[in-house]
Parts: sequence; structure tokens; C-alpha cells
Amino acid sequence: MVVISDILVQGVQMLLVLLLAPLLTGFVRKMKARLVRRKGASVFQPYRDLLRLLRKEVVLADNASWLFRVTPYVTFAAIWVAAALVPTFATGLLFNWTADLIAIVALLGSARFFLALAGMDVGTSFGGIGSSREVMIAALAEPAMLLFVFCMALVAGSTQLSTVADFMGSSAVGLRVSLGMAMIALIMVALAENARIPVDNPATHLELTMVHEAMVLEYSGRHLAMIEFGAFLKLLLYISLIACVFLPWKIALFGTGPLSYAIGAGAYVVKLAVAGFFLALFETATAKMRVFRVPQFLGAALMLGLLGTLLLFVSRSF
Amino acid sequence: MSAVGLQMMCVAGLLGLAVLAIVLSRSKISTAVIYSATMVVSAIALIGSIRWLVGDTANATDLTLPIGLPWLGAHFRLDTLASFFLVVVNLGGASASLYGLGCGHHDPAPHRVLPFFPAFLAGMNLVVLADDAFSYLLCWEFMSLVSWALVMAHHREAGNARAGFVYLVMASFGTLALLLAFGLLAGPAGDYGFAAIRAAQHTPYVATLVLILMLLGAGSKAGLVPLHVWLPLAHPAAPSHVSALMSGVMTKVAIYGFIRVVFDLLGQPTWPASVVVLFLGGITAVTGILYAMMEKDLKRLLAYSTIENIGVIFVSLGLALGFQANGLKLAAALAFTAALFHVLNHSFFKSLLFFGAGAVLMSTGQRDMDKLGGLIHRMPFTSFVFLVGCVAISALPPFNGFVSEWLIFQAVLQSPELPQWALKIMVPAVGAMLALAAALAAACFVKAFGVTFLGRPRSPAAETAKEVDRYSLSAMFILAALCLLAGILPGLVIDALTPITIEILGGSMPIQADEPWLSIVPIAESRSSYNGLLVMVFITISASLAVFFIHRFASHALRRGPAWGCGFSDPTPLAQYSGGSFAQPIRRVFGTLVFHARDHVDMPAPGDIRPARLRIELHDLIWERMYAPIAGAVSFSSEWLNRLQFLTIRQYLSLVFGTLVTLLLVLAIWS
Repeated sequence: MVVISDILVQGVQMLLVLLLAPLLTGFVRKMKARLVRRKGASVFQPYRDLLRLLRKEVVLADNASWLFRVTPYVTFAAIWVAAALVPTFATGLLFNWTADLIAIVALLGSARFFLALAGMDVGTSFGGIGSSREVMIAALAEPAMLLFVFCMALVAGSTQLSTVADFMGSSAVGLRVSLGMAMIALIMVALAENARIPVDNPATHLELTMVHEAMVLEYSGRHLAMIEFGAFLKLLLYISLIACVFLPWKIALFGTGPLSYAIGAGAYVVKLAVAGFFLALFETATAKMRVFRVPQFLGAALMLGLLGTLLLFVSRSF
Repeated sequence: MSAVGLQMMCVAGLLGLAVLAIVLSRSKISTAVIYSATMVVSAIALIGSIRWLVGDTANATDLTLPIGLPWLGAHFRLDTLASFFLVVVNLGGASASLYGLGCGHHDPAPHRVLPFFPAFLAGMNLVVLADDAFSYLLCWEFMSLVSWALVMAHHREAGNARAGFVYLVMASFGTLALLLAFGLLAGPAGDYGFAAIRAAQHTPYVATLVLILMLLGAGSKAGLVPLHVWLPLAHPAAPSHVSALMSGVMTKVAIYGFIRVVFDLLGQPTWPASVVVLFLGGITAVTGILYAMMEKDLKRLLAYSTIENIGVIFVSLGLALGFQANGLKLAAALAFTAALFHVLNHSFFKSLLFFGAGAVLMSTGQRDMDKLGGLIHRMPFTSFVFLVGCVAISALPPFNGFVSEWLIFQAVLQSPELPQWALKIMVPAVGAMLALAAALAAACFVKAFGVTFLGRPRSPAAETAKEVDRYSLSAMFILAALCLLAGILPGLVIDALTPITIEILGGSMPIQADEPWLSIVPIAESRSSYNGLLVMVFITISASLAVFFIHRFASHALRRGPAWGCGFSDPTPLAQYSGGSFAQPIRRVFGTLVFHARDHVDMPAPGDIRPARLRIELHDLIWERMYAPIAGAVSFSSEWLNRLQFLTIRQYLSLVFGTLVTLLLVLAIWS
């Protein structure tokens, strides 16, 4: 019985991330529109977009291979699994120990690997330009991400997200400069990984300025729906990650019953809304940078992570 | 028969096959006979060593043959470390032989490869089994020379002669360093048996010198930067299955030598040693993969990526040294296990990738990626297994490359326990370098697979490529399956490595078979755990769910059409993204520092009809700054000394007289 209810809770989390992800993107878009005093589309527009894409026919390039057709499902599955492993409303779910933070990041890496390959598959220059820039950004983001993981592991003594969240929720953790630095580093990495402003522009359709969108330019119909859905999930994942590490407020402990789960879920939705609002605010306030300024941006994230780690060492030794 | 006896019989069998190959040299059946016999012998040796490693490892077995130095004899010994490396060697050997059964028929000159192939395998087996310095060096030199012969198999092709020459020079240099290292280890008493060396106490001074000499000797064979220059020349020059052995296996034999001396023979390490190893490993990993990223020759790209992986292994060994020096047995065992796991993994996927590159070479005659493309349509099986290899080497779950990288990162995260500040600060930085190398490896293999197998064909050869034969394919499929198995069942591998860490370090990781759900837990579950099997199952389930829902509820309509070209479709396949253009962003970011890269754009004036040109200028700084001056100095001094050949008799006589006087003066002052 216990196992069944555990699996149920885990299943609820998998469904929850799936259902909330388009809403979050819709909310961010709505907020961005309101901030520039446009009315904006309904927050439910991403759902409608997905349904519309699912109903459309797929136009496949003449020389597209099986890899091109498999990739949307592979990337979606990898991102979904990763998103389901990040604690959202409760920690210590049944399968949380399947993968720690490093493995979750690597799962996202798998998704990106296949997407970059799909960009190369048709053999047009847009796919190539998107793929090559995407892997460059990834190559710069990954070391910064690892230093963030390192910083967290130093503080919480673990790379297991549930343990980290429990620790950060406890009173043992004080206000630390290193944590602030790690948080800024993580946010910078998250912006880059999700192809948000200032690294990439999710709304542009001028081919030469886009990275992620250029890579998936050849996709259409149900394939595009899966890829878009994957992107929504990835945004949700990073926000859940930031929330569960730095804001584990009201997150339910495992096995505390349906009521605290419900409170946890409510708190989670509030956190998503707050993070979505700040994302919209930030994106409205800044401009996209040139692609070769990205190394400096992510280099700053790397340095913040390193500095945070060193400060932790120094503060520990006294 | 004792276990070591079985291994020595297999070695004798391989040497016999080498002789047989010479006898059969011009016969038609020689290829089939030699490769199938080599495969059988390697498989027997493989099964023997696996059974020994997972079964009865309580006692090492040894054997002394009355050959070699008269007062010493030749000692051979099978212990856990040796048996693990025998597994790596013979697995590589068996799969390369299977591949050879298929690809050997395409070889224009099989008699240049066949005798040396089993001899090369025998040499590598002997290095791992040797238990005294003399036989070790002898076998090492035998292995080097035989592999040199294989590098020179196609000596008429452009560049191969130079590759062979550089290899020979670097191999001699490496052996010289090893010779000095063993000389120091044996000490003035001169007992060359490993047992005696292990029992002896080594002063810190000797230990430091031996470490440096081993880094030079074993490091040059393994491909540590900056001693790697021969590797990207020599490995691709050999036939593909031999390239696989050289990259996937011979570099591991060099690592075996390093582990044997530094961890086993030298006794308790000191922490500064780990700083050196970590630093070199980190530099090697990042430099190797950056070079690979810039490469457009598929086999050279793979060779450079070998350098990266060697760097990763050395980082892990450096961590193990650091933890061991401070008595942190568990962390040391973790790092050491990670290193050995990566040795095994790299032998799997690097052999697989070289086989794939060989298959491409066989069916198109091209190694230049910028002349390939679109092979996924014409070589579906090869492209599938090559993709598996690319995913595995890019350290992506659920394949094996990720598990060993994950273990190394877990070891990196143990560094706060270290008392030394230098290590505390250095390890996170090296960890970031590893992450950078891993991400660059993914980029590099997106490029390798994307440019070679995807897109549109860039040459007629790529357009008419055919799938390769069944032997080659089955060799690749076996290795691909091993990549997946080691990725989803890592606990089995870690448990099999436990006896080695106990024997070498005196500590071990927790037994993974006790963990529920076959997950791996390096230290404690609350700290970190990973379950490759469940990740694999989850991905499969969620992908199937997605496919099911899409096919149940979404539109099935599909139309083929031309790719979107923004109103102006690329007129020729050459306008696609090539390897060079794919590497451009990373070249812009890292290249100016590492390669002094410059792009020269030659843009014709408006109205001018000559084509615009982009020229990329890259410098191999290690070669230009380090090796070219040395080569120049050698050339200059030999030119200068050459004048001594053309003196008159008077000048010779005065030279002799002068020398005599100088020597007598020296003697007089000395005493």
C-alpha cells in the first residue's frame, strides 16, 4: 500500500509539472505584455498553441532522417524525467534518489545533444548556426553550473536535491554571502539554458539573431509541439530548482499527508508566479546581447560560483 | 593450470599466430585465419581474466620463466590490477579481431598488418603481466615497436612516414624515462623484481623523481599534454581496427604502468604529487578536446578526444593520490574506482568510434568530414552505433560515459575534507575544467556525428556509400551494447573493481550490490545516488507515453517538402554548415587564446565577380613553441657537427691532441 501511494504521489508530481509548464510560459508572456502596456494573449494561449500544433500536418524536409523524427520525443522524455526529479511541492519522493543534481543537468544535456543533432540533420545553414551556438552556450554554462553544484554540496553536504532542500529549509543555514553568489550564478545559467533574454530571445523570428529557435526551424506540427512543450518544461524545471534550493518555503516533507502536500502545491504555484513575474520584469528591462558577449556573461556566472566556493572555504576555516 | 599460466599460454598463442601470419603471408585465407584465431585466443584470455577478477582473487599467482637476465629470469604475475587491465586489453583485442575479419579484406597490403596485429596484442598482454623491471621494459619496447610497424603499414600514404618517425622518437624518449625510473626504484642494490621494489623504502627525493619520470614515460605513451604530439599523427595513420587498439587499449596500458609504479610500487604517496597530476590531467582534458573540436579529419578528431579522456583519467588518479596521501581511504577508493571505470568505458566507446570511422573510411574512402555528410541514409546501422558511441563519450545518461564522469564529480565533491589549502582550491577549479571538457566533448561529438552522418552529402563518394559487412557491424553492435549495459548496471562494474581498490589502496567503496533497485551510492544515499537503470526505464516510459498520446490523438498527416531556405535555397551541399563553421563559435571563444586563431576574410569589392574567401589561421602552439625549437636545435647542431666530417688530417690531429690535453687536465684537477 505504501509503495502504491508513493508511486501515486510521484505520478502526481509528473502530471503536475506537465500541466503547469505551459501555464507558466503563458503567464510570463502575459506579464511581459502587461509590462509594456499591451493586453497580451490569455495565459492559456500556450495550451491552445500546443493543441493547434498537434492538429496540424507535419511538413518534413526531403532528406530528413529518422533521427529528426525521433528527436522530439527523446528530448521531451529526457526533460520530463528531469523535471519530475526536481522536488516541487514535496521532497523525498519515491524516485528522487534516482538522479542527483548532476544527473539532472546531464539529462538536460542529453536533450540538448539530440536537439543540436536534429538541427544539423536537414543540412540548412539555419540549423547549423543554431546548433553550433547552442553547444557553445552549453559549453560555457556547464562549468558554471558545476561550481554552483559544488557550492551547494559544500553547504548542504549533498548533491541530492531533496536533502539540499530539507537542509536549506532547516534553521541550520544562516544568511551567507556565498549562497547569494550561488543563486545569482544559477539564475544566470538558467537564463542561458532556457534561451531567455539577454542570451537569446524566445520571441524573435529573425533567423540570424536566434539560437534555439534557429535550431528547431525545420520542425512543424506535432514534432514542434513536443519541442515547444519540452522548452516549457525546461523553464519550469529551472524555476523549480531555484525555488527548491533557495526558497524551500512550505515545501512538504515526504509522507506528511495530503494536507501538507496541498499546502506545498499551493506554495509552489505562488513561487512559480513570483519567479515568472520577475523573469518577465527582467526580460522587459534588458536587451539581448550579442552572441559573442555571452562568454563574458557566463564567465561572470562561473566566477561567482568559484568565489562563492572559496568564500565558503575561508569562512569554514575560521 | 594456474591463471597466469593460462594467460601466458594465450600470449604464446598470439605470438605463434604472428609467426603463422608470416608463413601464410601471401595466401588468400590468411586474413580470415589470423583474425578468427586471434579473436578466439583473445576471447579465452578475456574469459580467463574476468573469471579470475570476479572469482578467486585471494591469491595472486606468479610464474618465472628462465629467460631474460640470467640472474633474474622473467617474472610474470597476475594480480587484481593486472587482471582488470587484461580484461581491457583482451576485450579490445577480441572486438578488433572481429572487426578485422570484415575490414581486413579491404586492406591493400594485409601482409603488412597481419603478423604485427597478434604480436601487438601479445605485447600489451605481456606488459600488464610483467613482474620485474627488466621484462616490463622489454615488453613495453616490444609493444612500442610492433605498434610502430602497424602505424607504418600504409607507409606510402602522405604523412604516415612522418607520423611513424615522430612516434618512434617519442616512444624512445618515453622508454628512456621509464628506464631511469626503474633504475631509481631498483636502487644501488639493483633488485629488479617488483616484489623487492615494493618492499623497499623509497626516500621522498627518489619518489618525486620517479613520479616525474613516470609522468614523462607513461604520460608520453598515454598522451598527456604536452607529450601528446605523436598521438594524433600515429593513431589515425594505422588501419582503423589498429587505431582502435592504440587509442582504446594501448593508452590504457600506459595508464596501467603509471598506476603500477605510482600507486603500487612507490608505496604511500605525498600530497604534492597529486597537485602535479591533477594539474596535468586538467590541462590535458581541456586542451585535448579543444584540439579535437578544431579538427576536420574524423580519425584525428577521435585521437584528440582520446587525449581528453586520458586527461580525465589522470585527474581522477590525481584525486585518488591526494585522498590517499591524507588517509581518506573511502574518497581515494571512489576516485580510483572512477578512474578504472573510465578506463573501461573509454576502451568501449573509443574502439566503437574508431570502428565506425573505419567503416566510413571503408565505404567512402574519406576521413575528411567536410567531404562527407548524409551517411545516415546510406549506412543506417553504422550511423546508429556511431551515435551510441557519441552519446556515451559525451558523458550523457543513461550511457556508461556519464557514470564514470559522475563518479569523478562525486570524488571532486569530497575535496573539502582535504586539509591542504592548495588542494582545496585546486580541486574545484579542476572540477570546473572537467565540466568544461565534458561540455566541449558533447559539442565536439555533435560536430563529428552531425557533419559526417547528417545533412546532405558533400561529395560523390558520400553519395554512393554502402553499408559495411556483417563482421564489422557485429563488432560495433557488441561494443554499443556494452556501453549501454555498463551505463545502466554500473553497480556490477564497481563491485568487480572493489578487490583492486582493496589491494592497491587498502580501502573500498560500499558494496553496490546491496543497494536497492541497483542504484549506485558512492558514499551515502542522502549524499548522492544515481540509478542508470531507472533513468533509462523512465525515459523509455515517458517517451512511449508521449508517442502513444501523439499517435492516438494528434494528426497523422505528414508531407515531404524542400527544406526552408528563406526564399533562397543553398545551391550546393557545400554551402551547408561544415566542421569548420560548426566550430566557429567555440573557436571565437577559446581559439584566440589556445590557438592564436584568426579569421581572414577576403571580400571582393562590389562589382567584382571573384569569390569571397574566408581563411582560418590556427597555430598548434605546443608544436611551434616546444617541439619546433627542439627539432631546430637538433638540426642546427647536427649541421654544425657535420663539418667535422670534412676536416684535413692536420685539423683532425690537432682535435685529438686538444681532446687528450683537456681530458688529462680534467683528471689532474679532479684528483
